[in-house]
Amino acid sequence: MRESLGDRAFGIINMIFLVITGLATLFPLYYVFVVSFTDPSEYIEKSGFVLFPSQWSFGAYEYLMSTSAFVRATGVSAFLATVGTALSLIVTAAFSFGLSRKRLRGRRPLLLMVLFSILFHPGIIPQYLLVRDAGLINSVWSLIIPVLTSGWYVILMKSFFDSIPAELEEAAMIDGCNDLGTFFRIILPLSAASLAAFGLFYAVAYWNTFFNAVLYITDFTKVPLQIVLRNMLIDSDTAVGGASAMEMSSDKQLPTQTIKMAAVVISTLPILLVYPFLQKHFTKGVMLGSVKG
Amino acid sequence: MNASARNNAAAWQEQPKRRSSLLGEMRRDKYLYLLILPGLLYFLIFKYYPMWGIVIAFQDYSPYAGIWNSSWIGFDHFERFFTNPSFYLLFRNTMMISLLNLVFFFPLPILLALTMNEVRNGIFKRVIQSVVYLPHFLSWVIIAGITFLLLSQSSGIVNLILEFFGLPKIAFLTNENYFWGLLTAQNIWKESGWGTIIFLAAITGIDPQLYEAAKMDGASRIRQIWHVTLPGIRNVIVILLILRLGHIMDVGFEQVFLMTNGAVANVADVFETYVYRNGIQQGQFSYTTAVGLFKSVIGLALVVFTNWLAKRFGQEGVY
Repeated sequence: MRESLGDRAFGIINMIFLVITGLATLFPLYYVFVVSFTDPSEYIEKSGFVLFPSQWSFGAYEYLMSTSAFVRATGVSAFLATVGTALSLIVTAAFSFGLSRKRLRGRRPLLLMVLFSILFHPGIIPQYLLVRDAGLINSVWSLIIPVLTSGWYVILMKSFFDSIPAELEEAAMIDGCNDLGTFFRIILPLSAASLAAFGLFYAVAYWNTFFNAVLYITDFTKVPLQIVLRNMLIDSDTAVGGASAMEMSSDKQLPTQTIKMAAVVISTLPILLVYPFLQKHFTKGVMLGSVKG
Repeated sequence: MNASARNNAAAWQEQPKRRSSLLGEMRRDKYLYLLILPGLLYFLIFKYYPMWGIVIAFQDYSPYAGIWNSSWIGFDHFERFFTNPSFYLLFRNTMMISLLNLVFFFPLPILLALTMNEVRNGIFKRVIQSVVYLPHFLSWVIIAGITFLLLSQSSGIVNLILEFFGLPKIAFLTNENYFWGLLTAQNIWKESGWGTIIFLAAITGIDPQLYEAAKMDGASRIRQIWHVTLPGIRNVIVILLILRLGHIMDVGFEQVFLMTNGAVANVADVFETYVYRNGIQQGQFSYTTAVGLFKSVIGLALVVFTNWLAKRFGQEGVY
């Protein structure tokens, strides 16, 4: 193919630009990952300039796994990411499906209601007062129920359900299915891609729960992972729930940096593991039914 | 076909022509209503019921007296807020952070999408996409945490490098002058990649014949981008720009909350952090509800206006 010199040069510069962008994106993560596995003495010896550890050390991870606070908080976040996601998906899908059926009485007002709730919200104080009055303070459910359904996802999912042809429903009806049956046995399996995309979005949001826990959870034994992480990383205190990082190992001194990095790696791990499988789904999910992401 | 199925099918097919009673319809669609029930309850209880809480912005709310028994003071809280010198600070910080984002962040996903689109190698393109989408899924706690780890004055790698070259260490995290730039940089790292999705989708909508025509006229790839691709997605760019302007009051709350500290408070405080500090932490419920209400109303007005503007430009807005 006759490609001009200018075009070839452009292509190369283009690639270089993208490679640099990719590296810049990855480097912070890479550095954190590498240091988390670095032996403490090597870290001190190299004054932090570790690009590849000569010796892989799991000390930081062992420490974290031994602290009840970290493990407990991870459990809380895992609960949110599984139970919360499941509940949110079901409620959102059911709601969106109902709204997509034209025969639903009151459809337009309901849609407007959802839309308005996206555009205007009364602020964190009224929300806080509600949660408090509902007795949900210090309950893990305060991290699920107030955020159960995203209006934005309802609208996107509804767009998706709009595209399911009515003939499918009719056929199901003729075969004796009522709406519930149609929904669970026909519509849901058809929507697997959409469900996967929104499921991922919900799961990530639940796993990343932070501020709601700041507001509603004062009992340290019930906080999710991000709170423990914040305490470790941002308040410059590597003490995880009381135990000092220095006390942890009898013979080796573990620099606090290594432990912090290990904490970051552990909390990013689930997202990284699930990510490759769902990548092809969520780009489609974002574009389904809406041009504005 | 059993009787109930026949009834179902019959009711279904006759739907547009028969004048059915409301009750009859609701009975026929009862499972549909059942399906929407949890979602409906959620919106009513957790989205709309709190809207009543707004009235405390006009009251001297006392938790003991409750909403019904607290005294009414009208716009006193708003007056207090507008005459408070903090108001100017909050407003300035919000505007500056948003503006910096607009100028430095907004063009980047476009640029990235254009370059990604020019890649011929399918595998490379997919790999790059995976890499740049990733930070979008990380929590702000993680990102702030990484920022601290890398930029900390004592042990961050950046300062260690400076020290290695004999340069003085820089207090990135406690210096007012770096704060806004730091926030913008974080946003760029986190969201540039994710932002390309919509532009890449828009680019695929461009008529390939336009490229053919350009190539026949001898256009190089760069010229093709300038004369075909960019004009082709111009609509999307303008729409997104307008919509983003509608959200100019919305500064990432978690991000600011995590990055703020005593030293940078003057440049870091925004409406939401002010509400959190004075409301949740110091218990001034009505006053901060008034502040929150002010911001929400302005935000609503902006979004409605910009959506109308976007519609006039020729495409649908958010609705």
